[in-house]
Amino acid sequence: MSFVSALRAELLKLTTTRLWWVLLLVLVGYVAFVSGVLGAVFGGLGEKLAAAGGTVPTIPKSSLHLVVYSIASSIGYVFPVLLGALATTSEFRHQTLTPTFLATPRRGTVLGAKLIVLGIFGAVYGVAALVASVGLGGGILAATGTSADFASADTWLLIARVILAMALWAVIGVGLGVLVPSQVAAIVIVLAFTQFIEPILRLVSSFWDWTSGIGQFLPGAASDALVGSSIFTVMGTGSGPVAVLEWWQGGLVLLGLAILAAAIGYLTSWRRDVT
Amino acid sequence: MPAGVPIAIAGLSKSFGAVNAVNALSFTVEPGQVTGFLGPNGAGKTTTLRILLGLVAPTSGTATIGGAAYRDLERPLVTVGAALEAASFHPGRSARDHLAIYALAAGLDQARVDIVLDQVGLADYARRRVGGFSLGMRQRLGLAFALLGDPGVLVLDEPVNGLDPEGIRWIRSFLRQLAGEGRTVLVSSHLLSEVQQSVDTVVIISHGSLVYQGGLLELETGSRVLVDAPDRAALSAALRLEGLDVQRGHGGLLVAGRTAQEVGAIAQHAGVPLSLLTVEQGGLEDAFLELVSEKGAP
Repeated sequence: MSFVSALRAELLKLTTTRLWWVLLLVLVGYVAFVSGVLGAVFGGLGEKLAAAGGTVPTIPKSSLHLVVYSIASSIGYVFPVLLGALATTSEFRHQTLTPTFLATPRRGTVLGAKLIVLGIFGAVYGVAALVASVGLGGGILAATGTSADFASADTWLLIARVILAMALWAVIGVGLGVLVPSQVAAIVIVLAFTQFIEPILRLVSSFWDWTSGIGQFLPGAASDALVGSSIFTVMGTGSGPVAVLEWWQGGLVLLGLAILAAAIGYLTSWRRDVT
Repeated sequence: MPAGVPIAIAGLSKSFGAVNAVNALSFTVEPGQVTGFLGPNGAGKTTTLRILLGLVAPTSGTATIGGAAYRDLERPLVTVGAALEAASFHPGRSARDHLAIYALAAGLDQARVDIVLDQVGLADYARRRVGGFSLGMRQRLGLAFALLGDPGVLVLDEPVNGLDPEGIRWIRSFLRQLAGEGRTVLVSSHLLSEVQQSVDTVVIISHGSLVYQGGLLELETGSRVLVDAPDRAALSAALRLEGLDVQRGHGGLLVAGRTAQEVGAIAQHAGVPLSLLTVEQGGLEDAFLELVSEKGAP
């Protein structure tokens, strides 16, 4: 009873400010743009360019559609993280933890409800991003004569795993938000890590076999492993196959990261005095 | 409305690092009256209230509502409603949505949201974003949150802050009405004058310790009477004859230790016509300031 109340309250919290739909619009626009360009370049234009004597990177035709669809999570994953982190840090920033803990004195209940509600919203983000990547990217592939392949089970499996990955990323965002209650610090960490630090680490770790074994556990790499396809793994350095986790291992890495961040955050900032 | 229950603070202490914010504090607050919780800024009022509400963990001691700690209350918002000093609103959310969230969380009827908005005079602003609210409107929204569960106990931290004169008059009569319904009402303030017209009894703390608990009248006996007569020398002589401590004050003589009525009777007895007889202006405030500064050194 009280947990259901907390769930409904957290859902209403998220839907009564502009944050969720502003981030969702940017996510859809960004994913549509990138998957559209990718579909056009590798599906149609690439061959013409190559025929004209230019050099273009190639992606095997058989998996191109999967790479284009997975743009939804391989570049879109930063949005559910931001949603989770901002929804959580805003409670600290605007001191809404006071009325929240007055209405629900059991703080663990509040955090649990928040993790679940954000997980659901992450899944919604996943669906929206897929509408963009499959809709526009797949449309362009079909128009340029590359298979969009909706008949294969692999396509639908990938779609399901993108949704799961996006849900887990939003949960990680909540964990990060409790761990780093400062909103500015949380945003800086999310952007710096996802856009700069991790891409570099993934690139560097792919140079040697032994680092590659570590690099596969980086959260972005684990997410790509869970989804099963990514522009980053396909366009790896080419010096050999980059080590990639099994899809379920990737999922466990993300889940473990979310649980670890939320648990440490709960023990530190969440249980602290609210002054 | 559930019955008002007493608030009991017992041996409460809280230290933030080396600072003792609350120091072995004990007092009780009874239902059916408005209790003023007074002390200068930094005296530990807000910390005490936040401990009472389960938001801050005490270093030692207990704070209970009807015998139970806040975190153990079955239905917290129905038992006690609180409006704390800090503005705890998301600026992008409407007043109505703000209240609806906590009504949901506490399992309250959603109809309560419009009822309390109407009660505090915010019905016309229900769908506006809180970010555009004035300080006075935020205070009213805070009060609406406190009333959400129609609780028997109300804990209000500096509710008069930021209200215009009309709002102050409104909240005074509102507090009296709530206490008249049998609720326990605890109102904190750093200014005695803000609450002296609406409280029945006061708890005064300074540097985290209790310095006074009781009625305002008893507090006032420590204040002085300002008296004057065309023949001031005769008046002074008559008063000294009674063994009173008479001092030259601003525009008259200051007499300590007697009520205005007693001083008047002495003058009449001595046949000295008076031109002025009054309780020293700000006497209550002075008595208050004296109390809180006595414990000046921690």
